[in-house]
Amino acid sequence: MSEPLRLDGVDFAHDGRPVLRGLDLILPAGTITALMGPSGCGKSTLIALAAGLLTPDAGRVARRCTRLGIVFQDPALLPWKTALGNVGFALRGLDLGAAERRARAVAMLDAVGLGPGDAGKYPRQLSGGMRQRVALARALAVEPDLLLCDEPFAALDAEPRRALWQLLRDIRDRTGLTMLVVTHDRDEARTEADCLAVMADGRITQSGQPGA
Amino acid sequence: MANKPRPSRLWSLAGLALLAILWEAGHRIWGPLVLPGLAETGVTLWHMIAEGRVAPALAQTAGNAGMGWVLGAAAGMIAGTLAGLRPEAQRALQPVAVVLLGIPAIAWVVLALLWFGGRWAVVFTVAVATGPLVFAAAVAGVHSLDGGLIRMARAFRVPLGARLAHMHLPHMLGHVFPALATTLAMSWKVSVMAELLAGAGGIGDGLATARAHVDTVAIMAWVLVVVAVLVAVDLALLQPLQRRMAHWRDDGRGVGA
Repeated sequence: MSEPLRLDGVDFAHDGRPVLRGLDLILPAGTITALMGPSGCGKSTLIALAAGLLTPDAGRVARRCTRLGIVFQDPALLPWKTALGNVGFALRGLDLGAAERRARAVAMLDAVGLGPGDAGKYPRQLSGGMRQRVALARALAVEPDLLLCDEPFAALDAEPRRALWQLLRDIRDRTGLTMLVVTHDRDEARTEADCLAVMADGRITQSGQPGA
Repeated sequence: MANKPRPSRLWSLAGLALLAILWEAGHRIWGPLVLPGLAETGVTLWHMIAEGRVAPALAQTAGNAGMGWVLGAAAGMIAGTLAGLRPEAQRALQPVAVVLLGIPAIAWVVLALLWFGGRWAVVFTVAVATGPLVFAAAVAGVHSLDGGLIRMARAFRVPLGARLAHMHLPHMLGHVFPALATTLAMSWKVSVMAELLAGAGGIGDGLATARAHVDTVAIMAWVLVVVAVLVAVDLALLQPLQRRMAHWRDDGRGVGA
């Protein structure tokens, strides 16, 4: 089985303070891996390294994917663009015409539960949960084969969380999408993910199937 | 959150009425030579307009102020963007901006008269007064862009052109617009001052002539022309632009987190 993301012996320090120490992680293709660990253990740093936004001090990050989607802990939406404009902004990295960008953005916003009425709203007019949905729609709209999510559903209630997990699983089943999802919810990790990786002190201390 | 009602426009009229009352009171206390009355000034202004003295002067001052402002704003914007993106450029350009800001506009007028003379002295003075203020705002605009947005654009591999047009520019405009509005108003005042000293036509030249004749009424009439232009530009151009640019900002009516 191929590995869309592999981290071998990764060290990373921030302002001289070690954050990751010899971290190893492999994401098998087409799987959903839940990443857990206490606050400040380096989960967001791992996501940034996996996305190529940071360079490791030592070790190797190997990404074998055509398109990367990412959902940050903070939705990182452009405040001067509507929900539709924000999703469309990420699509500017692809070779798409304006009509196709718009159609794809509308469809993906609809898929995450934001109808035409919400698509025209600015981030300030959306709740925290709706902003996170826009960020998820933006990540999925690029049709990624590797999706990195840093607590994507933290601001959502149980019911919409379940619905969005179902959406992600459907996409995974249909496209073979590989996902790494940071979560603090152990039950969610057990029920929704195929693999579970637990971090502590800058390393993966446990990994395997959630039920194992 | 409940919307705070917008104060009535009557308050603006009340402020203007108070100013007019103070003006008229000053006229009655100190006499027409020091401060001509409202009616007298209005009649003189009407005569000046009818004689065809105001429109050409207005057009000339608008040309001088506009050209200087465009040149200064463009230079400030380009240099400020460069300085915001490259620390080396900021190190090199920041002291230059501070030096230029420290030189009084009147000193620039004197120097520009020696260097260029005529209307180009006016254009140069306006440009050199505008540039450093726009530069400082542009630097702040580039620096204040949220790092999270930059990372997001990088992660999605958004091309540089799209990043500049859809991320950097809209963000910068929010910072640069107040500086552009302030310098636009300032450009008129600097232009009039430079014209007065340069004798290069325009409203400043009209003021210089009125001063030479100790014609206080004409001076006040010219002042009214300048103020009327500034108010018109603010109401017809700047305020609508500002409303258009700020419609996405949090006005307290958002649904919050």
